[in-house]
Amino acid sequence: MTDSSDIHRLTGAYATDAVDDLERARFEQHLETCVDCRAEVAELREAAARLAETTATPAPDSLRASVLTGISQVRPLPPVVPPGARHAVPSEGHDDDVALPPAARPSAVRRWTPLLVAAVLALVGGIGLSSWQPWADDDPSRISAAEQVLEAPDAEEVFLDLGEAGRATVVRSRAEDRAVIATEDMVPAPEGRVYQLWLQDPEDGSMIPAGLMEDDPDQTVLLEGSAAEAVAVGITVEPDGGSEEPTTEPIAVFDLTEAT
Amino acid sequence: VDHLRPVPDGEPIGSPSGGSRSDAEALADLLARSGRGDEAAFGAFYDATSSRAYGLALRVVRNPAHAEEVAQEAYLDAWRSSSRYDARLGSAAGWLLTIVHRKVVDRVRSVEASTRRDENWQQHTRPVDHDETAEAVEASLDAQRVRGAVATLTDVQREAVELAYFGGYTHTEVATMLHVPVGTAKTRIRDGLIRLRDSLGVGS
Repeated sequence: MTDSSDIHRLTGAYATDAVDDLERARFEQHLETCVDCRAEVAELREAAARLAETTATPAPDSLRASVLTGISQVRPLPPVVPPGARHAVPSEGHDDDVALPPAARPSAVRRWTPLLVAAVLALVGGIGLSSWQPWADDDPSRISAAEQVLEAPDAEEVFLDLGEAGRATVVRSRAEDRAVIATEDMVPAPEGRVYQLWLQDPEDGSMIPAGLMEDDPDQTVLLEGSAAEAVAVGITVEPDGGSEEPTTEPIAVFDLTEAT
Repeated sequence: VDHLRPVPDGEPIGSPSGGSRSDAEALADLLARSGRGDEAAFGAFYDATSSRAYGLALRVVRNPAHAEEVAQEAYLDAWRSSSRYDARLGSAAGWLLTIVHRKVVDRVRSVEASTRRDENWQQHTRPVDHDETAEAVEASLDAQRVRGAVATLTDVQREAVELAYFGGYTHTEVATMLHVPVGTAKTRIRDGLIRLRDSLGVGS
């Protein structure tokens, strides 16, 4: 991510949906910590919505009928339970230890992490439970499995800036039991090599193959395999066709225990 | 003044998003009741907002059948998540239109992307020809007020905001279309919306 003043200026584009999926994910991560941007987005969305006054057009009668028929078959969702009600409140006076369950960090993650996080400008954070979409789109029929993860109410994410190598965001939904990686400006894998994805097992820290990435700088890939309990997602450079276990040090590790 | 026409049945005088505080509160109340399963309340919410929701979808997607589909999906989403509307974040109408907009943008970017991109975008950004739209577009007092606010934007701001909001293009695409750096398009969209916000007195 570039300088912070730059991301603040995305409020208008975000409020008008003039962002792609990865920008949206990154900006929502920023919103998590930026009160000013949250307030500005709310106001600019409201202002943008007023533009719809100028295009108001009587809706066909059939729309009213189909809406009213439709809602009679759908139960409204329960209200959102405040996040505080779901998690134990961290004890006072331990701000350094921001509510990370200590047991959730196997040492294997620690072995991998320093390599990367030191080498790379790492911006790790999480969206957690909140959603900056004002609604809950949970009609699974319309959207792909990857979108289902990206839009899951419990989606949590980790963003990594890989410097010259590009940027990538991993989004995981425990409810969907899947994870998705979205890359931006990712450099191609070396000739004869391929980027392979891994999910790290919570029990023994082993790396489970989760699929290969295409040679495409901007892609959204649904990882293979169960992701609900995984503690990390890794990317390694492997010989074409991939490997059964990592043969090189990872170029990126997304610590999912940091994602909530 | 020649734009002014009677508001048709079903659209309350003085739009809830733009109009008086009590209108806005009435709409928020209808949503709250909808969240508790009150279908009649949602019907009233629909009647008060459908012209704007459908008109927005139609403006972006252009095909009436597709606009109807998108609007229907948006209303079903709104019904389903009505208990999650948070009045502190904006008006109920604004909340609905945010849902509609996101849906219609998703639609044009996926299903219709290929065909729509083939068209010359300039066709869609020229000033709206009054004769062509006067019959279809309701002109309410609120619309006049919004048009007045839009007129306070600079030409480049208006162009960028309209391409983003009505065109459904990303700010990066807007930058390419306008032959300006990405940061410039982003800034124009934001500055234009800020001016619109201030001119309309939204959120203050």
